[in-house]
Amino acid sequence: MSRRIPASPVAAHSPAARPRLEVSGLTVTFGGLTALDGVDLTVGDPSGRADQGAGQGAETVALIGPNGAGKTTVFNAVCGLVRPSAGEIRLDGRPAPASPSRLLERGLARTLQGLGLFAGLTVLENVLVPVAGTAGASDAAAAALARLDLTVDAGTTVDALPYPVRKRVALARALVARPRLLLLDEPAGGLGADDVEALADVVRDVVADGCAVLLVEHHVDFVMAVADRVVVLDFGRVVASGTPDEVRADPAVEAAYLGLEAA
Amino acid sequence: MDRLVFLLATGLARGLVVALFALSLVIVWRAARLVNFAQAAVATVAVFAAFAVTGATGSFWAGLAAALLTGAAVNAAVERGLVRRVPQGSPLPGMIVAIGLVMVLQSALGIAFGPRHRPMAAPFDERPFVVGGVPLLSPYDLFVLTVALALVGLLAWLFNGTTLGLQLRASAAAPEVSRLLGVRVPRMVTLGWALSGAVAALAALLLVPTELGLNAHSADLLFVHAFTVAVLGGLDSPTGALIGGVLVGVLVSLVTGYLGAGVAPLAVLALLTLVLLVRPAGIFAAAQVRAA
Repeated sequence: MSRRIPASPVAAHSPAARPRLEVSGLTVTFGGLTALDGVDLTVGDPSGRADQGAGQGAETVALIGPNGAGKTTVFNAVCGLVRPSAGEIRLDGRPAPASPSRLLERGLARTLQGLGLFAGLTVLENVLVPVAGTAGASDAAAAALARLDLTVDAGTTVDALPYPVRKRVALARALVARPRLLLLDEPAGGLGADDVEALADVVRDVVADGCAVLLVEHHVDFVMAVADRVVVLDFGRVVASGTPDEVRADPAVEAAYLGLEAA
Repeated sequence: MDRLVFLLATGLARGLVVALFALSLVIVWRAARLVNFAQAAVATVAVFAAFAVTGATGSFWAGLAAALLTGAAVNAAVERGLVRRVPQGSPLPGMIVAIGLVMVLQSALGIAFGPRHRPMAAPFDERPFVVGGVPLLSPYDLFVLTVALALVGLLAWLFNGTTLGLQLRASAAAPEVSRLLGVRVPRMVTLGWALSGAVAALAALLLVPTELGLNAHSADLLFVHAFTVAVLGGLDSPTGALIGGVLVGVLVSLVTGYLGAGVAPLAVLALLTLVLLVRPAGIFAAAQVRAA
């Protein structure tokens, strides 16, 4: 069953491209609960880091905030898993697809907090799923596994692997189709210091390769180490954004995390 | 002893047919988390199509092709037209729709073709070979064995050796994740139903010539046996369906041979009850957690 995935979405990027992701006025409600309230967010603006050596529009944006702030809901809305009640989501200047199964064609890949690996399938099979039916799928899978330094036998079922290795398999699976925009949902969660350091290297490598990264993360040191910009959510609203240093110094951020009134 | 050997041999052939039908139930279960109670009725429709095509062309093989296509098409239509449109939160609405469909299809067949059993000729001789004075398998049994084993091999290759099989397994294991990875899950579900319909049609077509003949209820008992097998092996387990199919086939053959045909259905139902009491998830049931 053939599928349409650009051979190299990163390489296919047009110089005149719009931001990889533009979220404007995003509002999501669940019954009477407003999970997101007019969120604006841009990732991979070609004008942002064009002169910084990375691929045009390639940058790392971290979305942080207390539990329940709406971070994963942003991801789910971008991926079409929840329907916004207002607002707009655009990928490369075009409306995001309504169906999640079209995201990969548009160059967007995502990891999940719960990993979402296919139990009973091998490491290789898990990584092959996003590129199944495309030319060069095996080579792409091998390259993704090598990129994550996954030396484990690719024929091992993922259920048998330790958590940090499964986490790397999930990341390899997200990278195998060479996305232009990568959404990472708590990639450092549950990892030890060495694994977090290795993960930071992978994220930098991915960005250097031209891919924009939006990550949700609680691991502050990791965020500060990899993020070019940080956006802080609280109660479904953006309360601060800027460089890591700017955000760290913002009293609104401290208020969001500690429950204090902002000065 | 001679009788035991004969019963074991015929039980093996019948068991593989039951295993095929059970496999068809497993395929739907894995694709849609639903026991398709209409599988026997759909398979019977397919066998009627085969009967008509064979009657018109004189070719068993043309009839076989018609059965496969009809089984696949009807099941795909059932999934697209009915099952997909019922509420998805619980498997119950889908199963109730399937049970309703059984009544509709069997009534329609009864209205169209009447209640009588239509004789259906086997494409090969049904008299057993006699080896050393012991009656063993007939040429038709050997045909059934060959077809069943070939299909099992084909299904194993399809699911484990092809891109389509990988997508089918992925969408069965974690549909939401599969969608995020670009898999057209609804299409995979329809394909699973179609594949399942073709396999069920083939199983029914192989069995009918050895039964009283073809009527609207020809595959009912096959469904009961296959459902028992699927529960015995675990609805999630193709391996369980195969092993369970052979076990049930041999059980039916032995009970029929030693205690009479009327006792065999009771033996199967007793086995089903026992499995549900002792190990309701099935002997070869997959792990509960479907996404690591």
